[in-house]
Amino acid sequence: MLEVSGITRVFGGVTALEDVSFTIRQGAITGVIGPNGAGKTTLFNIITGIYSRTSGRVLLEDRDITGLPPERLAHLGMVRTFQNIELFGTMSVLENVMVGLHTKSSSGLLACSLKMPWSIAEERCIRKTATKWLEFTGIGELAGDTAGNLSFGKGRLLEIARALAVEPRIILMDEPAAGLNSQETLGLAHLIGKIRQMGVTVVLVEHDMELVMDVCDRIVVLNLGKKLAEGTPREIQENREVIAAYLGDE
Amino acid sequence: MKVREFLCKKRKTMQFEQILQYTFSGLSTGAIYALIGIGFSIIFTATGIINFAQGEFVMLGGMLTLFFLEVLKLPLWAAIPSAVAVSALAGLLFERLAIRPLRQPTPLNLVIVTIAGSILIRGLAMLLWGKDTHAIPPFTGDEPISIAGATILPQHIWILAITLLIIAVNKFFFYHTISGKAMRACSYNRRAAGLVGIDVHRMVLFSFVISSVLGSLAGIIVAPLTMTAYDVGIMLGLKGFCAAIIGGMSSGMATVVGGLILGVLESLGAGLISSGYKDAIAFIILLLILFIRPQGLFGKAESERV
Amino acid sequence: MKRELLKFLLFAVLILVAPLAFKGGYLLNVLVFVGINTMLAVALNLLLGYAGQISLGHAGFFGIGAYLSGVLTATCGWNPWLAMPFAALAVGILAGLIGFPILKLKGHYLAMATLGLGIIIYIVFNETVDLTGGPSGLSGIPNFAVGSLVFDSDIKNYYLVWTFTLAVVLFSVNLAGSRVGRALRAVHDSEVAARVMGVNVRLLKVQVFALSAVICSLAGSLYAHTMTFISPVSFGFNFSVELLTMVVIGGLGSVYGSFLGAALLTLLPELLRGAQDYDIVIYGGLLMVMVMFVPGGLVRGIPDLFRRMARLREDAGNA
Ligand SMILES: Nc1ncnc2c1ncn2[C@@H]1O[C@H](COP(=O)(O)OP(=O)(O)O)[C@@H](O)[C@H]1O
Ligand SMILES: [Mg+2]
Repeated sequence: MLEVSGITRVFGGVTALEDVSFTIRQGAITGVIGPNGAGKTTLFNIITGIYSRTSGRVLLEDRDITGLPPERLAHLGMVRTFQNIELFGTMSVLENVMVGLHTKSSSGLLACSLKMPWSIAEERCIRKTATKWLEFTGIGELAGDTAGNLSFGKGRLLEIARALAVEPRIILMDEPAAGLNSQETLGLAHLIGKIRQMGVTVVLVEHDMELVMDVCDRIVVLNLGKKLAEGTPREIQENREVIAAYLGDE
Repeated sequence: MKVREFLCKKRKTMQFEQILQYTFSGLSTGAIYALIGIGFSIIFTATGIINFAQGEFVMLGGMLTLFFLEVLKLPLWAAIPSAVAVSALAGLLFERLAIRPLRQPTPLNLVIVTIAGSILIRGLAMLLWGKDTHAIPPFTGDEPISIAGATILPQHIWILAITLLIIAVNKFFFYHTISGKAMRACSYNRRAAGLVGIDVHRMVLFSFVISSVLGSLAGIIVAPLTMTAYDVGIMLGLKGFCAAIIGGMSSGMATVVGGLILGVLESLGAGLISSGYKDAIAFIILLLILFIRPQGLFGKAESERV
Repeated sequence: MKRELLKFLLFAVLILVAPLAFKGGYLLNVLVFVGINTMLAVALNLLLGYAGQISLGHAGFFGIGAYLSGVLTATCGWNPWLAMPFAALAVGILAGLIGFPILKLKGHYLAMATLGLGIIIYIVFNETVDLTGGPSGLSGIPNFAVGSLVFDSDIKNYYLVWTFTLAVVLFSVNLAGSRVGRALRAVHDSEVAARVMGVNVRLLKVQVFALSAVICSLAGSLYAHTMTFISPVSFGFNFSVELLTMVVIGGLGSVYGSFLGAALLTLLPELLRGAQDYDIVIYGGLLMVMVMFVPGGLVRGIPDLFRRMARLREDAGNA
């Protein structure tokens, strides 16, 4: 489904990623783990077209998507969430998800400002679908709240609801459990399971090992910008190099 | 045949002299732009703010000197430092009363506050000193000096000399004094500077004071050439900003070079193409640089973090 | 949805009956300008308040609209009704073209670039003397006319201008509550997240920039044909700042706020007639006070004030 090959990124003198390659299977949940500064977020930023790469290629279902901007990728079915939550803070929770339906609607500037009948109908449809996604993630009762006032945990859920509204085929989540309490983390694990059941491929950057080992089918380990190991959760848990990297770092 | 050749040659030398003349006067206005531009850069590197009121300190320099000369009848050597001191005070008050208390210091609000400050300063100057244009006497006479067929005024030399001096002092301050080094530390990384015990607020205040001093000095040395009035700050400020942009918002040589390039191009353009479009030239250069090399002529591009 | 429509109808009725209160009188003339300035402020607000992109050059687009209309009618003999859409189209294309490079810039840089653009336009007005009459202005611009009805009095122009203004207000209110308006606000809050959601941010910014410029151009044409005389000073940097002040004072991201700001700033100089030279100081002071103490603008500041007063009264009652 997603193939990353030979990705290298250099910032000034720092090599944040060096020749990283791996493949992600359709419908799987893949974890990307590694100590802080390993280059996980940078990897996501390159895959989702937010940063440029120094070299390497990214393929989405055999299509070369290297360097495509995020808005194009959204149309191709790839979305992500952010490590430092990026909500539309001044807008309501519902409106946040409605923006997620941007690619699913088409009324242009003129149709919208002239209130053409089809744009009114479309708007109604957007509202209904957005409500559905809020309920799917379990924050339906917050629809009218201002997104900027949400708690951390609810904010993370809203980011996921908004991403799902794009109806992606693959979703990349950057540390979705960071800042959540154990109850919320449990809910998140459940939600990730539900997302997989819809047939969406999930890529997960996460520090919560319990969560990762629990939900992931495969795991890629990064350390100091290089791929250290790749395998099933069990293989990773037994991998000496991985253990050494984590012990050495913590 | 002979006559034609002669005329041709004469035209050529005339053109050369003209170009030399324009270059000289361009260099001296360019030096002014450079000083103002450095003022912009100092505040920008310390705070990330583009101070739209920068030009008003240039105006204050000229108008205050005039005030001390004409109203208080001070001699020039006393009027200049007094004007600089009052401008510095104005810069200090501006930071304390308008910038620091801002509750939501978003880029937009900062743009608006500094614009509001500039309107306010300009308006007060108009109420105090009226709308007339005034001349300040040149520092040392106005007997033109002839160099290679072009003539320059003593004031041109003053401008270049004082600019060089100020740049040297500036460099010394930033690289060889504790305060200057602290300010540089702030501009690299504010958080880290705060952690090692540098008073970041104080450095921000300093940056406003220093750039109002630079601005007012620029206004003082240029006033004998171009006259001064309550509203000269707008254009001079914007040109200084252009210089800073060409220099990539550095507070060093790059901005000086930026100012000189701007001054010379403007002067040549005005002389050889059309004087009416003189001001437009600076802004066309500004737009081109922003479009093509927003990091300045000499800078390297940087990527932004998510 | 229904509430928005009701609000608009109320506003429209208010505007329609307003002239009855000022039978004749020169204040009616001022109200014509309130209409034009409201259009301009709403236009700038679409860009600044919704999309979060500043422009300090909007007076330039206003000016191009006015001059194109003026020159095409007064010099080339076109019908004003033809000149107006032509000017708007030309300005739209110009803004679209310049929008791509200029809107790549952000924050302070965008402010400076648009400012530079505005000044270049202003200089061109002054220097193309053959075309525009230069600093001394262009006169003899014909009024609008429909058949034998010539819009040559304040009351006629009032209704003409406000018809356009109300249309622009309705248009903008609709836009704000729609898919595109949401995308604009999303860009304002988090550009990167908006892109990840599939919003083509660059195109959207250019679109709204061009739209905003087109509205300014329409306002410029209205200005030219109601004033019948134009000169560059009306379209300089100071006026761009005045527009910015209107939008900020009224409230960023509020269409009716822009009306409040425009009305206040247009009426203020008239009320301060005695203190003419003070107006620039008052502008500056007002702008500064608003940004520092009421960053939400009048539309949010006034209800806030009432709420606070009510709370005070309650506290006093309890004590
Ligand atoms: N925009 C950037 N500019 C410079 N260096 C960066 C940038 N983004 C990330 N880095 C560097 O790249 C390395 C990897 O960072 P990151 O991808 O955020 O790690 P992780 O998400 O695994 O904690 C770090 O050394 C970081 O400092
Ligand atoms: Mg990270």
